[in-house]
Amino acid sequence: MAKQVVSVTVNGEPYEVLVDSRISLLQLLREHLGLTGTKEGCSEGECGACSVVLNGRLVDSCLILAMEAKGGRVETIEGLAHDGELHPVQRAFVDQGGVQCGFCTPGMIMASKVLLDEIPQPTEDQIRQALGGNLCRCTGYAKIIDAVLAAAAMRTQG
Amino acid sequence: MKDFEYLEPTSLQQALEWLNTYRGRVRVLAGGTDLFLRLKKHVFTPDYVIDLKRAPGLDYLASEGQGGVRIGPTALQGDVARSPLVQRSFPALAEAARWVGSIQTRNRATVVGNLCNASPAADTAPALLAYGAQVKLASLQGERTIPLTDFFVGPGRTALQDNELVAEVVIPAPAPQTGGAFFRRTRTAMDIAVVCAAAVLNLTNGTCQEARIALGAVGPTPLRAPRAEQALRGQAPTEQLIEEASRLAAEEARPIDDVRSTAEYRREMVQVLTRRGLTQALERARAR
Repeated sequence: MAKQVVSVTVNGEPYEVLVDSRISLLQLLREHLGLTGTKEGCSEGECGACSVVLNGRLVDSCLILAMEAKGGRVETIEGLAHDGELHPVQRAFVDQGGVQCGFCTPGMIMASKVLLDEIPQPTEDQIRQALGGNLCRCTGYAKIIDAVLAAAAMRTQG
Repeated sequence: MKDFEYLEPTSLQQALEWLNTYRGRVRVLAGGTDLFLRLKKHVFTPDYVIDLKRAPGLDYLASEGQGGVRIGPTALQGDVARSPLVQRSFPALAEAARWVGSIQTRNRATVVGNLCNASPAADTAPALLAYGAQVKLASLQGERTIPLTDFFVGPGRTALQDNELVAEVVIPAPAPQTGGAFFRRTRTAMDIAVVCAAAVLNLTNGTCQEARIALGAVGPTPLRAPRAEQALRGQAPTEQLIEEASRLAAEEARPIDDVRSTAEYRREMVQVLTRRGLTQALERARAR
């Protein structure tokens, strides 16, 4: 079995893990690092439940070999809150009712955060485009979009 | 997945060496959005996987001559979609790249990988065919450049030998009054195309000098529509002529029934998308 050591920084913390060449980044995060906030939805790169930020880009971690993340920087949902304070995007999802079963939520929040970092005041259309790779079976998306708009509004308030 | 050794080339040359040494037992990994799933489903069972992303500097989108572009083997679909150079000279390609999967997909998937995967429905293929792209194939023995029209040989099959990889895609600078457009029909944005079409034409004194129409998901490979093209060449592009060319393109398509759609619907849509593509390409050509 081909194993290698993967050195990767996750949410600012350095990790070194000996892994099989076949495991995905998603498996590395969940099963080896205990970071189970990122979810396994379809395992085919269609639903976005596994969305994380790798080297500054929003990606589906289920389609990436852990090996490909060697030497990389990963940001997951666990990295958003600081000192027990929710990130504004997390706060907005809770306040607006953008969370029902919660399974799509970490991926939705990562995608929303990436959008707002790039476009602080997005239009509804831009939000729909940005979240196009994240599926939700519960909410019908309306309150998710409200949450992103609310998070954007919070930023203008400082 | 079958067990494999993950290899990290420091250069394209090293990748070619390994590709040669392990030929027949090795796969080249770029974005992985297609390859990962094929490994998982045991469609491919290589002993070695070469991660081409580890060789620096291969993700380029570089200017070529007066408005042409060279696309590196690990250049991302997302970067192609957003590139001012591509949007200016090859808008149909930028539009096509925007259709690929989701943002998450486009942050990993590569244009070259899309071509090498060689799905008959590959999103970037029709636009690249219509713009006259060339593909540079490289191996330890040297390089050869072929037109993209010769690259696809069957569903999922390309002209690559098992010790070759695609080192670059080159699109020559377009002629002065060139317009291009891309249209796609699909059930949802994340689905594989039901049918897609790209049209590129250029004008000289109001006459259509050159016309290229390429269709996706309506044949065993992405294909050109030569009879439709010929109808336009050297003619004034009237609405009537565009309608005639669209009709011919629909005749030249070779669609099948499958899970996504029927041959009948696809053939019908080839005519519609070709008409829209030619109309928009003409507007864009006139605007230059």
